[in-house]
Amino acid sequence: MSSVCLSVCVLSSSGSKVLVHFVNQSGVKSSVFVTEGETLLDVVIKKNLDISGFGACEGTLACSTCHLIFEESVYDKLEPMVDEEVDMLDLAYGLTKTSRLGCQVTVERWMDGMTVHVPQEIKDQRGKQEAVRSK
Amino acid sequence: MLTGVRGLSSSSGPRVCIVGGGPAGFYTAQQLLKARQDAAVDIYERLPVPFGLVRFGVAPDHPEVKNVINTFTQTAQHERCSFHGNVNVGKDVTIDELRQAYHAVVLSYGAEGNRSMGIPGEDLPGVFSAKDFVGWYNGLPSNKELHPDLSFETAVILGQGNVALDVARILLAPVEMLKETDITQNALEALAGSKVRRVLIVGRRGPLQIACTIKELREMVNLPNTRADMLPADFEGIAEALKDLPRPRKRLTELMMKAVKEGGDDKAEKCWGLRFFRSPVEVLAGADEKRAAGIRLALNKLEGSGESVRAEVTGQLEDVDCGLIISSIGYKSIPIDPAVPFDPRRAIVPNEMGRVQDTAGLYCSGWVKRGPTGVIATTMNDSFDTARVLIQDMEAGKLDLSVNKPGAQAITALLQTRGVRMVLFSQWEKINAEEEKRGKSLGKAREKLLDVDEMLKIRNVFISIFF
Repeated sequence: MSSVCLSVCVLSSSGSKVLVHFVNQSGVKSSVFVTEGETLLDVVIKKNLDISGFGACEGTLACSTCHLIFEESVYDKLEPMVDEEVDMLDLAYGLTKTSRLGCQVTVERWMDGMTVHVPQEIKDQRGKQEAVRSK
Repeated sequence: MLTGVRGLSSSSGPRVCIVGGGPAGFYTAQQLLKARQDAAVDIYERLPVPFGLVRFGVAPDHPEVKNVINTFTQTAQHERCSFHGNVNVGKDVTIDELRQAYHAVVLSYGAEGNRSMGIPGEDLPGVFSAKDFVGWYNGLPSNKELHPDLSFETAVILGQGNVALDVARILLAPVEMLKETDITQNALEALAGSKVRRVLIVGRRGPLQIACTIKELREMVNLPNTRADMLPADFEGIAEALKDLPRPRKRLTELMMKAVKEGGDDKAEKCWGLRFFRSPVEVLAGADEKRAAGIRLALNKLEGSGESVRAEVTGQLEDVDCGLIISSIGYKSIPIDPAVPFDPRRAIVPNEMGRVQDTAGLYCSGWVKRGPTGVIATTMNDSFDTARVLIQDMEAGKLDLSVNKPGAQAITALLQTRGVRMVLFSQWEKINAEEEKRGKSLGKAREKLLDVDEMLKIRNVFISIFF
């Protein structure tokens, strides 16, 4: 069923659709098809993903709430950070070596299939769940 | 149609009361509404207007930080949420009365007081708390008559956190940078006529303990027409320590050292400097004994290492001539109701993960819970934590949800009999529109109303149009 949805998406959309997996604070995974050129903050907002408090300053580099953790192979290929992003990221909870602010990362085709994690602040005892959504 | 007032207490879901309409209150409400589709949340705020320090604390030239107001507005407009402004909890209604009307009460009322320096001369004219100075330029009604005298060349700020840097930046920023913001018109005019040219930002300990964050320091370094005036002696040994520092502290320290080395444009008219290892011991009066003319600082040395570095006196003193002294050593929570436990030493409500000590059904979030430090995101995470704990208690049966609670219906009736003129969110929106309108005519983002009576008048106009 997912491959049928995938081909329907590719045929019917004008912008390139990229598959991105988001894992939220509780370990819940959401898989969404996003348009090339959107930032990851745009994606979270548009797709109404369940990530509490994401993007408080609405993408203006005045907070660190859109902090996302990337796979190393993806992180290494991202555009380098400007000082202002590093300044904000330095305040983020659970900072890692592959952390970026979602509002500064624009989706590109080569990111197809990547997984991004929201830093875990509280360990959820319920374990992981998967929610696959194709749009 | 009365918006913001919900229907009768026919719902059997949990009713939660939140005391305080700033970031802690709104983020706690947000999380509760999301986690329980049957929960109703009522926010009570002392001022007629919402948003707390987002409105009265965040600097006028940081409008992006205020974007959170949009998400708070959505929360206030949620059908299961209602905002009640101009309600002074502790005076107009007691905590016990709220606890009777609701299944749970969350204290999110922040820190409206400030730590005092505790030194002679602190009460002389010319000495202000940063809380009051910031309140003055941000239009907090109780600070509208502050009238700080800005006719002196040197200002000394005690404390080196982000609030101290905000104050320094507002004192030295070119007026062009401020004139389109939501800074109050009287502050803008006072700053336009200001003679302050030199601002020293003084801390007890050393460069590695500075409490501000890099964004605010960078803004000082980049401030037009100003140069940095640091003491190289304060930075002895710092270069060697850099390599062992975690990235955030390392970058912050490197930026300071760059400012020490480069200084800035010699032709700049204004200057700012960080001064370390200095604690205030006395405010010195001028010859006429009538106002502050200087500050006496004690020189410290550092003992200990890592997180537990502390300042110890050396016995040496230093006097600095200055006409404006701003103490920025911390906000402070105050007890608002004798029924609520309060720790006067730490100035917080004693709690375990947001559950108020020995008081079932009472919770806290934000600065009143953890102390007055951190940015909005810190408070956001903390509020989410308290909300989760509250929800857990509901689900574990620690709160008796089988009892019907009247919620806002009972409290608003009580407030009406006491002559309290509440401001509902839709009425705040009218005040908001008026502020934006006045701002527009001055070329500014908004012109804040400074007077509670004026705010209530605008609210009344709204009522009379519809009824």
